[in-house]
Amino acid sequence: MLKRVHFPTSLLPYLLVAPQVIITLIFFIWPASQAVYQSFLIEDAFGMSTEFVWFENFTYLATDEQYLGSFGRTIFFSVCVAFLSMSAALILAGFADRIVRGATTYRTLLIWPYAVAPVLAGALWVFMFNPTLGIFPYILEFIGVDWNHYLNGNQAMALVIFAAAWKQIAYNFLFYLAAMQSIPRSLIEAAAIDGAGPVRRFWDHIFPLISPTTFFLLVINAVYAFFDTFGIIHAVTQGGPANATTILVYKVYNDGFVGLDLGGSAAQSVILMFLVIAMTVVQFRYVERKVEY
Amino acid sequence: MKLSGMLLAGTAAFALTATAAAAQTEISWWHAMGGTNGERVNKIAADFNASQSDYVVVPTYKGNYTETMTAAVAAFRAGEQPHLVQVFEVGTATMMAAKGAVYPVEQMMADAGEPFDGSAYLPAVVSYYQTSEGELLSMPFNSSTPVLWYNADALAAAGASVPSTWDEVKTTAQALVDNGMDCGFSFGWQSWVMIENFSAWHNMAMGTQENGFAGFDTEFTFNNDKVAARLQDIADMQADNLFVYGGRRGDSLPMFTNGECGMWMNSSAYYGSIKSQAEFEFGQTMLPLDTSLADAPQNSIIGGATLWALQGHESDEYKGLAKFMTYLSSADVQAWWHQETGYVPITTAAADLSAEQGFYESNPGTDTAIQQLSLNTPTPNSRGLRFGNFVQIRDVINEELEALWAGDISAAEALDNAASRGNDLLRRFERTAN
Amino acid sequence: MIENRPVLNIASHAVLIIGIVIVALPIWITFVAATHDPVRMTQAPIPMLPGGHFWENFTQTLFGGGLSGTESAPVWRMLLNSLMMALMISFGKIAISLLSAFAIVYFKFPFRMGFFWLIFITLMLPVEVRILPTFEVVADLGMLNSYWGLSIPLIASATATFMFRQVFLTIPDEMLESARIDGAGPLRFFWDILIPLSRTNIAALFVILFIYGWNQYLWPLLITTETDMTTIVMSIKQMLEAAEQSPQWNIIMMTALLAMIPPVFVVVAMQRLFVQGLTETDK
Repeated sequence: MLKRVHFPTSLLPYLLVAPQVIITLIFFIWPASQAVYQSFLIEDAFGMSTEFVWFENFTYLATDEQYLGSFGRTIFFSVCVAFLSMSAALILAGFADRIVRGATTYRTLLIWPYAVAPVLAGALWVFMFNPTLGIFPYILEFIGVDWNHYLNGNQAMALVIFAAAWKQIAYNFLFYLAAMQSIPRSLIEAAAIDGAGPVRRFWDHIFPLISPTTFFLLVINAVYAFFDTFGIIHAVTQGGPANATTILVYKVYNDGFVGLDLGGSAAQSVILMFLVIAMTVVQFRYVERKVEY
Repeated sequence: MKLSGMLLAGTAAFALTATAAAAQTEISWWHAMGGTNGERVNKIAADFNASQSDYVVVPTYKGNYTETMTAAVAAFRAGEQPHLVQVFEVGTATMMAAKGAVYPVEQMMADAGEPFDGSAYLPAVVSYYQTSEGELLSMPFNSSTPVLWYNADALAAAGASVPSTWDEVKTTAQALVDNGMDCGFSFGWQSWVMIENFSAWHNMAMGTQENGFAGFDTEFTFNNDKVAARLQDIADMQADNLFVYGGRRGDSLPMFTNGECGMWMNSSAYYGSIKSQAEFEFGQTMLPLDTSLADAPQNSIIGGATLWALQGHESDEYKGLAKFMTYLSSADVQAWWHQETGYVPITTAAADLSAEQGFYESNPGTDTAIQQLSLNTPTPNSRGLRFGNFVQIRDVINEELEALWAGDISAAEALDNAASRGNDLLRRFERTAN
Repeated sequence: MIENRPVLNIASHAVLIIGIVIVALPIWITFVAATHDPVRMTQAPIPMLPGGHFWENFTQTLFGGGLSGTESAPVWRMLLNSLMMALMISFGKIAISLLSAFAIVYFKFPFRMGFFWLIFITLMLPVEVRILPTFEVVADLGMLNSYWGLSIPLIASATATFMFRQVFLTIPDEMLESARIDGAGPLRFFWDILIPLSRTNIAALFVILFIYGWNQYLWPLLITTETDMTTIVMSIKQMLEAAEQSPQWNIIMMTALLAMIPPVFVVVAMQRLFVQGLTETDK
């Protein structure tokens, strides 16, 4: 749509999009439409008895305090994860950018947590923070903190935020470092000649120049925290204690897959799908504008 | 399909097993036993397969309890269900309500012409899985019941005695903490131990309609003064660390095995874990009695999982399945399973055999679970539970109790919230069950 | 370097090293746990230094059927399954995405916007939230217990198409004009010009998708019933869920280490292309 020149119309473009369209129709659109249909049903697990209830599943959700609460929690969680992992990555990238020799080595050493499976990352963090066995509660005890994320909802939330942010640092670091390295040296040198110290230079010159990257990462991290952290929460807290870490995606999974409340879970998926579509449109707007200028 | 076919065919070993199996009738068994118990499940299947040549039982691990159950449900909806699936006790009502999907074990055995004697089974074990008319719906496999574990060394050091009532639990916990321990006692699986079993132990109903056995229109009654008073007392004990909450399920096990807590209430099936990890003398005893509620305990109820037969297979395959059920409940297999795993045996014969083999003498305390279960003839209050959506309801109870332990609400509030949220879920279930 | 400030340089290295320590600590603990006997890992506080059981655990994990007691396939078999799944997802998704992005960017044809939205609606929704209906489709198509069933449903997502579209849009129109003057047809243009130009992006996507595929857990668990089809990440979760028994941390962590090696290798080996491919589209 943004190209001025095109190949002439023929059968070819249809053949080219066919594989993806067919796979999308069979494995996405069809199951998703099933989920929409299911959201109007109250059904037993095995599908032996089914009742069509129109919007009852949705009105039930609208009055369910637990569900409404998980919206706020999801936003809080996502903001914290994005902020924590992005600022850690920014600091590391800022220092790595200064270093002439060894930057690649540092990059190699920082990049690989990206490859660790969420289920595994979750298990590792549980292990490190186990109130009895873990190394961190042991250390925290010396500074007077009584760590028990099984009981304390705030500690549980902190733990899943750390685990989720930890996994994302590598990715953010890569982008920040690449963005900083693409800034012309002359610009920074000129600032240095004007007498700006390293901290001043970072805030006044480097940080504004990498703001497109920051914005892009913000979107990516928000999406990650919203949808991809399911494995971590499942492994670390399973939504507890007292719902303190139940975010939207986890609740869809828990009600549908664990509780076998297919209608209620499908209704949540539908709401989530609308959210996703809205976010996609926003992202398109942003990226599209960037490409055009 | 082709690619995977080629890959599989490329590996000679797999091709060989495939041809060998083709001659016999295959029976698929989905289970949730990870770890060492998975090996024992395989041994049972392998021994059965070696004992005859017509049938092959193929066990498959399908994740934890919820994952296994959901996998079976998904498979059934797609027409790919296994013959036999292991389902935890809280899924009983869901399975039972799915009349066209499950094949009641007793009926399946009768249809297959396999003899079945209901009286051979321990009443407290099978009663959970019978209809109110006494027909057995699913075959108990791994059953346990909560007991009180104690650190004998710590108790001796504190000069405390093994408690048998809740008042004594408090005094013992106080003595342990006074003697320098971090925590008096803790427990896991709190809904099962502190509400479900606490009610049964004192012969109190947890819900109307005989705890759901008599009808789907059951409502919770566990939000009564008696349970609330007990839980409030426990919550208050947190102030002096007499009680410390350590998480759901068995998450608090390390607190006991590392000597933080002197007492721990949880499943009798933790025997193996405690034995391998604890570096102190430990013992198990019956659950404490609340003397203000009853003069003597009733009986405890079981937890664990049972094996459900699913509909939709050939009658010849069910014949094999029925034979396997008979094999599984034989005294030898059951006594072996019981002694290896710490789960309770499902037949009286297996319990007797274990006693005969001297198992209880060389492993003192291991018969606590059976004693608790067979203390009295089960009453409608202590026979078991039949609540729909109980997986979610247990989560609700977990959530509300966690709010209680965190000091956000009182015990009465927590129980009222849990009962009202639980009743909503029961009503939703009732609509699909009829 | 703009100016030479030794203190600041040392500080930079110090911060980076602290960062690496924080980032690598969980992995270090995995390694430590894999070198101890099972009981040591249930005693507080857990050790921070390696023990002497590495080879014992290593051989038991790799050749002894893994955890004592599961009917699981041997570890090499699970690694092979994970590899197949990860590779099929990466190659499959890259292939279909290149083709459809090419069609959408370089052709004007009826219903183009329809196809566009049909594909892009899938952009972010994870499989977990539509997993049961998807399972039914896969079962109806007879794809349970196959590599196709493991991989194709996970290909149904537009992230890669989205990325290639971005890449193609940044390629100057003059390329196409000169290609047409030279008489090159669409497929020729695609193969000779577009593919080489998006080489780094393909590499970057390969890394992302390989890791995505390798780390899948819930989907393989649901659709495989034959132990020969188990993947390595599934087996780690299986070991963690040992009902009333205590987890055998030494074997679990050893398996975890083995499971990490292939994706970490892919990321580290391809890091230059990965970084280029990702950051160039963003510019």
